[in-house]
Amino acid sequence: MKAVVVVFPGSNCDRDVAVALARCTGCAPTLVWHGATSLPPCDLVVLPGGFSYGDYLRAGAIAAHSPIMRSVREAAARGIAVLGICNGFQILTETGLLPGALVRNAGLRFVCRPVDLRVEGDSPFLAGFTPGECIRFPVAHMEGNYQTDPETLAGLEAEGRIVLRYVDAEGGVTEAANPNGSVAGIAGITSASRRIFGLMPHPERVIGDELGGSDGRRFFAAVADALA
Amino acid sequence: MSAPTVNDAVRLGLSADEYRQIIAHLGRPPNATELGVFSAMWNEHCSYKSSRRWLRTLPTTGDQVIHGPGENAGVVDVGDGWAVVFKMESHNHPSFIEPYQGAATGVGGILRDVFTMGARPVAILNSLRFGDPDHAKTRHLVGGVVGGIGGYGNCMGIPTVGGECAFDPGYNGNILVNAMAVGLVRRDQIFLANAGQPGNPVLYVGARTGRDGIHGASMASAGFSDGAEARRPTVQIGDPFMEKLLLEACLELMATGVVIGIQDMGAAGLTSSSVEMAARAEVGIRLDLERVPVRDAGMTPLELMLSESQERMLMTLRPGAEADAAAVFQKWGLDAVVIGAVTDTGRLELAMHGAAVADLPIGPLAEGLVYERPTTPLPCSTPVSVPDQQATIDSLLALIGSPNLASRRWIWEQYDHGVMGDTITPPGSDAAVVRIHGTDRALALTADCTPRYCEADPRLGAIQAIAESYRNLSAAGARPLAVTDCLNFGSPEDPVVMGTFKAAVEGLSEACRALGLPIVSGNVSFYNETDNCPIPPTPQVGTVGLIEDVGRTGKMAPSPGTSVLLVGSAEGHLSCSLYARETHGLTEGAPPPVDLDAERRHGEWVREQISGGRADACHDISDGGLAVALAEMCIAAGTGASVRPPDEKLSPACFYFGEDQARYLLAAQSEQVDGLLRAAAKDAIPVRTLGRFGGQELQLASLGSVAVDTLRRRHAGWFPSYMNGTTEGTG
Repeated sequence: MKAVVVVFPGSNCDRDVAVALARCTGCAPTLVWHGATSLPPCDLVVLPGGFSYGDYLRAGAIAAHSPIMRSVREAAARGIAVLGICNGFQILTETGLLPGALVRNAGLRFVCRPVDLRVEGDSPFLAGFTPGECIRFPVAHMEGNYQTDPETLAGLEAEGRIVLRYVDAEGGVTEAANPNGSVAGIAGITSASRRIFGLMPHPERVIGDELGGSDGRRFFAAVADALA
Repeated sequence: MSAPTVNDAVRLGLSADEYRQIIAHLGRPPNATELGVFSAMWNEHCSYKSSRRWLRTLPTTGDQVIHGPGENAGVVDVGDGWAVVFKMESHNHPSFIEPYQGAATGVGGILRDVFTMGARPVAILNSLRFGDPDHAKTRHLVGGVVGGIGGYGNCMGIPTVGGECAFDPGYNGNILVNAMAVGLVRRDQIFLANAGQPGNPVLYVGARTGRDGIHGASMASAGFSDGAEARRPTVQIGDPFMEKLLLEACLELMATGVVIGIQDMGAAGLTSSSVEMAARAEVGIRLDLERVPVRDAGMTPLELMLSESQERMLMTLRPGAEADAAAVFQKWGLDAVVIGAVTDTGRLELAMHGAAVADLPIGPLAEGLVYERPTTPLPCSTPVSVPDQQATIDSLLALIGSPNLASRRWIWEQYDHGVMGDTITPPGSDAAVVRIHGTDRALALTADCTPRYCEADPRLGAIQAIAESYRNLSAAGARPLAVTDCLNFGSPEDPVVMGTFKAAVEGLSEACRALGLPIVSGNVSFYNETDNCPIPPTPQVGTVGLIEDVGRTGKMAPSPGTSVLLVGSAEGHLSCSLYARETHGLTEGAPPPVDLDAERRHGEWVREQISGGRADACHDISDGGLAVALAEMCIAAGTGASVRPPDEKLSPACFYFGEDQARYLLAAQSEQVDGLLRAAAKDAIPVRTLGRFGGQELQLASLGSVAVDTLRRRHAGWFPSYMNGTTEGTG
């Protein structure tokens, strides 16, 4: 699998996700600067976490208008897979590649902790897990509260595009298990085509037991298998 | 403008005698700009004029030390061509006035001290001291400071991995915000704050200069009185996004080999950075101030020289490299302007639109002054007797849920502690552990100081701070390497305060020498006082250790079924303990004695067991004694324990809550226990078996039992409910 990681000014998980891709898939990705006007040939574009453009205006809002995002949009239109993690997810909603918006956490504080997540649906990004399986990635964000209008939410539910939800230890969607107040416990959604995936948690931070977990390793290895 | 007088000098914080010395150095009275520059360099914050005489007595050398005090941060060899760069610094005054920005810019400043040396920052720690939880301002200050630290570090993408937080009424009028940054650099790629040869261009990079923070260093060189908030305009505003760009641009340019010297513009901004870089190279420096990028129109030369606008660096380049440097900074969208040159005059020459505005000798500016302040000898502290007859399991519940022992999760969940992907032990353990990227080795990091010990006996308190950090690293399986300190005190002009400072420095010195720990960097913060009431002496230390095999990191959470071993003796020292304070309201009395030889031997022995794979878990015993340490291990693992004192020598209160030093709890698989006891006997280390981990209850013989879940809820509950305002401070 050939992967590209886009680097915006203020990205700060670009190295982490590059290391995770190299370690878990055996293929080091290419880093592409936000000012570039074209993407190299690839199977996957990753928009990493961080604070692109300092989160000025709104998280992801300025990045959505950077030169490289025109190429990312075109690539997505051609069916190239796009993965947005944390700030990357915010950029995808600001770009309109995914519906909805990520607003300030309900608790009004940054939250960094491991969260339990339930896998649903049939996304190629989650091919490494069985539907209904519970996995654990950490979150680290101030604006991860996913919101959308009721019609869009109903559509997402009906089309099976809500593929990751915050759950408690028993797998239930509860208020206590929800770190940010997202509607319906949404942690990650896909496009209708299933080729674009945005999630708030950070799989790149759990790629070995010494880091507190290995679910991220399974995630990236399976993404490579599914997209190669 | 009329020439300044001695009264103007006094208004700037200089003494009449200092003003006379300036005239003697110049051979003429200074003009207003020159006087301002002198006042900035000669204030306490920049010149260390009251502390230097004592700081010289600290141990600063060792085989592992690459650069000790005097550079932007200390540099220590960690092998394989890597060096660790670290320093701790205070941002106390600004954080009290404007907690979010004060704390945020404290983090920004200490990060610049590390990356200015060519190191990539890999970890941030902090040590916070707040007033009484019931004091009207405390909740607001906690929220703002924690938010500011998180806001800066999170955006920078550098994990905030550890630290400590304590509440004490002694900090009601002056909180402490000490931030520590740790970076890694290849040994042969270290950059120093040295201007180099005459002819080198002087490059200004980063954010534009505004009027923010002017006289910030002077603010930090005086106490507060009523109306501290009126000083809010002297607090700087941070922009972590700008600093992230500055970090990446500086490291990128440094890799090209064109940078000669570099220093961040911290306290006293352009003044201190240019003077110190020139002084280290024994050269002069000329600045054309109209070239400084500004965001406020009409700034005077003195304002340009004193501004403490954040996220700025001064560097000298190899001549001819100006265009290369400009290209790198342009890529990152940053200003980079040549504003002057290194000269051979030994003078700081400032010009504005071609007109000379200042001409000062670098030497006296940089060397500053050294004062031998009077010190009052301290009275000896003597132990007080603490009632020890009524201890029950409720005493443990009260302690574990008290403001100073309750879980700090509310704080550290607001810090991104996992970014960079190398955090092995996140906050909440004895020491944070961060892997050296791409290797199997790791740094262990801790920040320590027990305020009530230091208040009772500054010398012993300082010794104990070093001992505790030594234990915290040892419990993580790390070999302690070196220390950074941040010495927070009241006014040095008060002989009593100066007496406590002298005693604390002597204590640090004694402990560091005994444990082989050089102090490689640090900071002194005086004038932490309000209306002449100083804070308790607070010699904060940050200590760095090395773990050779990250797979052999000491963990705090024991496996069920393992045996509980006590390393060290139980003497039952309750005087000055948290038990005495929380249970009986006793705040006086001598702290526990520290046997530094025992600390060293016990620490070495514990590390040997951890690196040899014979310890299942380990935790140092400190605040609250054995029972609290045991409870913390149980909470971490979600498992119970059953423990019995080995003899009847001590009362339950003394055995469970005594704060004797040089002690650890070790969990060991049963098949390891005999071997461990034999090894301990051979090495003359006091080690005894106390019981076993397992079950859902913590059972303490002669004290009582409690469900681990109850302990966990008590431990977790205080901070969030305090911050939500649903509980009073005393919980």
